Amino acid sequence: MDLVPVTHLTAIDYAVMAMYFVFVLGIGFALRRSTKTSSDFFQSGRSLPPWVTGLAFLSANLGAQEVIGMGASGAKYGIATAHFYWIGAIPAMVFVALFMMPFYYGSRARSVPEYLKLRFDEKTRTLNALSFAAMTIFSSGISMYAMGKLFNLLLGWSFDVSVLVSAVIVLAYVFAGGLTSAIYNEVLQFFMIAFGFAPLVFLGLKSVGGWAGLTARLTEAAATKGLAPGAYTHAWQGMTSAATNPLGVEWFGLVMGLGFVLSFGYWCTDFLVVQRAMAADSMIAARRTPLIAAVPKMLFPFLVILPGMIALALTGTAGGIIPAKLAEGGGPLLDSAGRVVMDFDLATPMLLIKLFPEGMLGLGLTALLASFMSGMAGNVTAFNTVWTYDIYQSHIKKNASDEHYLWMGRAATVGGILLSIAAAYVAGAFNNIMEVLQLVFAFVNAPLFATFALGMFWKRATGHGAFWGLASGMTGALLHHGFTLPNGSVPGIKGGFFGLLHTYPSEMAQTFWTAIVAFTTCVVVSIVISLMTAPRPDSELKGLVYSLTEKPQDRDIPFFKKPSVFAAAVIAATVLLNIIFL
Amino acid sequence: MSAEGSLDLRLPIGGLFAVLGVMLAGYGLATGSNTEMYVKSGGMNINLIWGVVMLITGMIFLFLAKRGAAKS
Repeated sequence: MDLVPVTHLTAIDYAVMAMYFVFVLGIGFALRRSTKTSSDFFQSGRSLPPWVTGLAFLSANLGAQEVIGMGASGAKYGIATAHFYWIGAIPAMVFVALFMMPFYYGSRARSVPEYLKLRFDEKTRTLNALSFAAMTIFSSGISMYAMGKLFNLLLGWSFDVSVLVSAVIVLAYVFAGGLTSAIYNEVLQFFMIAFGFAPLVFLGLKSVGGWAGLTARLTEAAATKGLAPGAYTHAWQGMTSAATNPLGVEWFGLVMGLGFVLSFGYWCTDFLVVQRAMAADSMIAARRTPLIAAVPKMLFPFLVILPGMIALALTGTAGGIIPAKLAEGGGPLLDSAGRVVMDFDLATPMLLIKLFPEGMLGLGLTALLASFMSGMAGNVTAFNTVWTYDIYQSHIKKNASDEHYLWMGRAATVGGILLSIAAAYVAGAFNNIMEVLQLVFAFVNAPLFATFALGMFWKRATGHGAFWGLASGMTGALLHHGFTLPNGSVPGIKGGFFGLLHTYPSEMAQTFWTAIVAFTTCVVVSIVISLMTAPRPDSELKGLVYSLTEKPQDRDIPFFKKPSVFAAAVIAATVLLNIIFL
Repeated sequence: MSAEGSLDLRLPIGGLFAVLGVMLAGYGLATGSNTEMYVKSGGMNINLIWGVVMLITGMIFLFLAKRGAAKS
């Protein structure tokens, strides 16, 4: 691309950035000596304290789609984007902590697919392992692509060089220190994001005249789009009908699709995040991990969504912040009604450049860079584990020495990074990062939660039931997407490629309903096939199914340290946030 | 890998934040008279202010790491 870069960095900015990378590589180097066995490399030797695994649990998900995508959604949908946290993530995180971690951690499975092998059978594990491995590569590739493109646009860095350099850095520290190295860097990145974005929100709010000023400006913006006056600053206004809120989804689709199926599918079954909790040093630490993560998670909308809303508020005035998307010819892209289409993905980065002087700009951009890279590292560590334990060890080479699997883990790290780079170049064809990711999650993850929920809470569920339920759930998602379209789209990636049976008011509504269909199909097929096949004897299912497992005894833990009490406090605070922004 | 034998994560967090804090605060002091540069941040010397905040945060992490090491 031969565009003129938006800004340029000075020596102090580069110095801040360089110092961060010195520490990142230093962590990898320091951990190299203590990474001796495959358990060290893939599971951190199950030895990390809960505050570390908790922040990594949160941070592993804090990649490109979070920081850039949530800012973009903030500019597009306003505070309603917080539903992804307050209806989506938090209830699911509480559920995985209280009800699912006892099985993940207690079964001593080394990965989420391995739990499926223990509970069901080899083919269910393999189906999950293969689809998951493909998804991690895809996600990591998208992270790289988004980073390369963004830094090319902002600073004029070469796309190829930024992809290559970030890949080499991630490779170096994961190769050296394995999961511990990735987790440590995720925690470091968490603090970089918090300290890079807090002053951005502070300066941003100051420049629009505080929350009152922001509300006033966004009321005007809502009026120009024909939405209710409070549409951008109230999370629940107009949710009774898809036509009256900026998301274009009605409350049932939101609560069931996003809140239940998609979020539970992601936070409860995605090995990328669950792997962090499984590295904790004890059962109680593993159960606390998602709860510790939930506390900053519920406050993150203020760090990542508000910048987008502030950028939108400032864009209403002269010298706007969010630029237009460019059409093929070079002029601004117009929609069917002749209005300029804004490039919402640039909302947060542009605000950063507008408000931060040199020095702080280096810190803010380093935080962004950090989030892209830890997004890659998280996916690569999940990939190398699933590849080595669930594909290589179970299908290719069964009884090799521990050194051999450790070697394979390092080789898979190199392979995973190379595949991610390839995926980064493929990802160039897609536009809104978050919506594509949501689509993939909907196909692969939505039926998955049904399989885990049935497996953990219904002892009659069988391996055949799980496998065919999962396969038909994914097919159901594909069919639903292929036969429906969001309003105003043409058949293709957006759906409708098999024909058109139904039109949704928005892409998000279609995505949520795809998830609901996948989940329902999986539940029905799993139950029917399970009842037709022979059950496993109870004795084989101890520690794997709720009714046959001893409940964790929290009696000797002080009242305020019990996971259930902690969870209740998290839920109460989330309800309060929903009420404040009603 | 035992917890004692490996790196205490509070050390690199504290170290990084202390170093970045000194860099930003120092840069803020050196550029404090340049009002044009700080028009962006609403006239606030955000480098100096945030540098000090990061330095203090870094010191807290280093202190916790030192106390943790003394205990074990």
